[in-house]
Amino acid sequence: MASTYTLISSQVLASSAASVTFSSIPATYTDLVVRASARDTGAGTTAWLQGKWNTSTSGYSETYLTGNGSAAASGRVGSQTVWGASGYISSDAAGNTASTFGSTEIYIPNYAAATAKPQSVFSVQESNSASTGVIISSMAMLWNNTATISSILIQASGTFDIGSSFYLYGISNA
Amino acid sequence: MATATYDKIATTTLGSAASSITFSSIAASWTDLRLVLGNLVVASGTPSLQLQFNGDTAANYSNTYLAGSGTAAVSGSGTGQTQINSSFALNATTPIAIFVDAFSYSGATYKTVLINEAGDLNGSGYVTARVGLWRSTAAITSITIKNSTAVNYNIGTTATLYGIKAA
Repeated sequence: MASTYTLISSQVLASSAASVTFSSIPATYTDLVVRASARDTGAGTTAWLQGKWNTSTSGYSETYLTGNGSAAASGRVGSQTVWGASGYISSDAAGNTASTFGSTEIYIPNYAAATAKPQSVFSVQESNSASTGVIISSMAMLWNNTATISSILIQASGTFDIGSSFYLYGISNA
Repeated sequence: MATATYDKIATTTLGSAASSITFSSIAASWTDLRLVLGNLVVASGTPSLQLQFNGDTAANYSNTYLAGSGTAAVSGSGTGQTQINSSFALNATTPIAIFVDAFSYSGATYKTVLINEAGDLNGSGYVTARVGLWRSTAAITSITIKNSTAVNYNIGTTATLYGIKAA
């Protein structure tokens, strides 16, 4: 039986980096999944993932739902130049518990379809603190572009720490 | 050789508009099911997506949701329903995606499903996490995807059912 859930590429950072890129993504799958475990070297209390599809700098909008341990909130941003601009896809930040990494999954169905691209993002960060470095986020993203996604740039709000890892999977319904 | 654990069971891409999609004769060969609904656009209105299992139209369904409207976090529920209602984001212009996970779908217990709705519409829309319950001890052997006003899903709507195997 053909494999339906295939690792396309992965990157585990041996040195800090501002971004990672998956390029030359074939259009042979049905859906894409990005799974990231990331920490930012910045000194802020929050950090987040951002990115671009096909290096595009337009067409990103998001509706998000977050909980930070004390309250739930929802917000929306539109006409963004990168996805994740809402700041609520947290990874980790200096000042929080050491060696904690935020986990994020991005699911992109029908990434090769000639339609706008709705996507689901789920992100969690827990640092054994009642006040900082804790967040759970669910987000609906839309890339209003009909192009096939052939490259993915993921960047940190600051700099990804050593040990941050990024995995790109292809899911096939063929 | 490792055993494949994530299998496609069936897939449908609408070549003509239809008001419902049904996956039937689902074998009990897997542990969990995952349904991925993509490019979801309806012909008109903003109906609720609805799910029924095994053709059961009795009031055996309920759900509770946590949603973000873009301005507030809201929660609600519905009980004694004739289907799982997955509301908020279906529309006639912008495609959305919905993901349904059914755990232990062939076990002899009531069936709990998790539903994640990604419905950003560039200026409106929702993101929703929903738990649905089907009060039946029968194995899930069919899934019907329809909507509250019986309007058509547009050409290009995709539905794929995956099976996830624990052993």
